[in-house]
Amino acid sequence: MSNVLALIEVSHRGEMAASARGLLAAAATLGSPVAVVVSAAPLADDDVAWLGELGAVRVYAALTAAAGTVLVAPAVDALGAAIDAYSPVAVLTANSVDGREAAGRLAVRVGGSVLADVVQVRSDNGTVVARHSVFGGAYTVDSVVEGGLPILTIRQGAIEGQAPSATAAVDEAFLDTPSEGAAVIDGFNDDAVVSARPELRTAATVVSGGRGLGSPENFALVEQLADTLGAAVGASRAAVDAGYVAQTAQVGQTGVSVSPQLYVALGISGAIQHRAGMQTAKTIVAINKDEDAPIFEVADFGIVGDIFTVVPKLIEAVKARSN
Amino acid sequence: MKIVVLVKQVPDTAEERKLNLATGQLDREATDSVVDEINERALEAALRLKDADKGTEVVAMTMGPADAVQALRKALSMGADSAVHIVDDSLNGADTGRTAATLAAALRVTGFDVVLAGNESTDGRGGVVPAMVAEHLKLPLLGSLVSADIADDGVHGVRQGEGGTLTVRAALPAIVTVTERFPEARFPNFKGILTAKRKPVTTLSAAELDVPAGVSRTVVVATVERPPRAAGRKLIDDGTAADELAEFLVANRLV
Ligand SMILES: Cc1cc2nc3c(=O)[nH]c(=O)nc-3n(C[C@H](O)[C@H](O)[C@H](O)COP(=O)(O)OP(=O)(O)OC[C@H]3O[C@@H](n4cnc5c(N)ncnc54)[C@H](O)[C@@H]3O)c2cc1C
Ligand SMILES: Nc1ncnc2c1ncn2[C@@H]1O[C@H](COP(=O)(O)O)[C@@H](O)[C@H]1O
Repeated sequence: MSNVLALIEVSHRGEMAASARGLLAAAATLGSPVAVVVSAAPLADDDVAWLGELGAVRVYAALTAAAGTVLVAPAVDALGAAIDAYSPVAVLTANSVDGREAAGRLAVRVGGSVLADVVQVRSDNGTVVARHSVFGGAYTVDSVVEGGLPILTIRQGAIEGQAPSATAAVDEAFLDTPSEGAAVIDGFNDDAVVSARPELRTAATVVSGGRGLGSPENFALVEQLADTLGAAVGASRAAVDAGYVAQTAQVGQTGVSVSPQLYVALGISGAIQHRAGMQTAKTIVAINKDEDAPIFEVADFGIVGDIFTVVPKLIEAVKARSN
Repeated sequence: MKIVVLVKQVPDTAEERKLNLATGQLDREATDSVVDEINERALEAALRLKDADKGTEVVAMTMGPADAVQALRKALSMGADSAVHIVDDSLNGADTGRTAATLAAALRVTGFDVVLAGNESTDGRGGVVPAMVAEHLKLPLLGSLVSADIADDGVHGVRQGEGGTLTVRAALPAIVTVTERFPEARFPNFKGILTAKRKPVTTLSAAELDVPAGVSRTVVVATVERPPRAAGRKLIDDGTAADELAEFLVANRLV
């Protein structure tokens, strides 16, 4: 079967990124998944076993002192070397900050093209077809690469399911330190891990708060409802700009796109740029005191009311029913 | 220092954007065209350097159809010194690969110390063009920065990563992309609008740039429109709405 490369990101602490599952699942629908991993130290047996469980048939373990000190370039070099070794029919990266840059550089280097922000993949008589969700899900677009290697950046959280487990064979390789044109990493500032809430991109339920919360302190109301519903916390850009919550929680055009089973919008007007990131949710609930707020146009269940009176009652009512 | 800012004209995100279902291409008639907000923030970063050091030269560059010159006029009225417009019928519907190859060729012509771009365009959302340009030019890319300190001895910045931020640096020349964490752009003032008319806009064609036709390209094979969402129930809270919502969530197995 044809090989498909999947670039697996590793944090500077040595943790494999959660995007690995979706990448390997997508790779498995196109061929035989080869996980490409760049690290300074040899991979632990546990890591190899984990990648195999997620469907990696082979692991291309590229070792380089530059991992963690040089930005993205080691990943591009590793993918280039893996292309020589496995002649893949496609290369997949996460649609992450690192993944996109690696994909872009690789396309130029090896004469391929990037299919960006892919939500689904399939093989059509040997042609790799990528599906994109465009303009906030208003359109579904399928695209292919002609005349070169398809390099796909896969939207995080978009691919469901898991590839069949495999026992991964490891091929180890040593990479030279990139010399030309590389940016240097001086340090890492990790986000404080504050909660055990589900990850925003893959959560089944998302509770988001907007400018209507009014202050960082009041934003706790969003977190309380999220915890009652076992949900991830999201936000509008206005809430992020006002400093109520970290930018990584932003849902919308220039933030994260989510498609949960349930999306609850609290004190969010529903500007078109916000809707672009959440209107493909299965069920949308909105609470807003402005009867004409555009969020109600996409809400399955809307309450015209004050979040500070409705939400505490809702939390009680949900708790009472789940007991 | 010479800074080239890559600006893209995009359909206004405040309106309902449309694709042509037959070609998969953007329906340019459906919405107003504006300078992508992220590019205005990139330009603002360049203009702040110019405010601090008059020796800084700021060039706005775009590749786009004839009317994309409006995006350049806006950049000039905000304070850019000159502009470069790459316009050519053969670039119609160019994919990210061709766009990047063309921009890289034009950047070789203009020269620069720093290229500033947006981390991601609001129409394509590819977020790959600057990386491709960097690879063509064999230059470092400091992408998705939340802040940057740009000086003659290099760029130091903070990059938004997956589980936190990174402090990164590169020597010049370098390519830098900004995120929304960068400050909002200034509005053009009256003087800026007047002087913009006298500032030079250089036009370059694809033929002049001699961009080799790449072997690889992306092709859209199908475009399907999704039915719009319909509004559901809307209650005015009279004290019982929270209970009804809880009922609804339970009935739909959402809790
Ligand atoms: C290029 C571009 C990209 C953008 N990207 C994004 C994006 O990714 N995500 C995003 O969200 N936005 C984005 N925006 C911004 C967007 O246009 C809106 O400005 C933003 O979504 C508004 O956020 P909001 O709804 O929280 O604030 P507002 O529009 O101010 O709405 C606040 C709402 O809270 C309600 N409210 C106030 N108090 C209460 C109360 N006590 N009880 C109930 N309701 C109350 C009000 O009625 C109001 O409807 C983008 C804009 C641009 C130009
Ligand atoms: N046609 C273009 N003309 C000028 N700059 C562009 C063009 N396309 C992309 N860019 C730059 O690259 C950034 C990222 O775009 P993209 O890779 O398309 O998401 C944009 O914010 C611009 O700064």
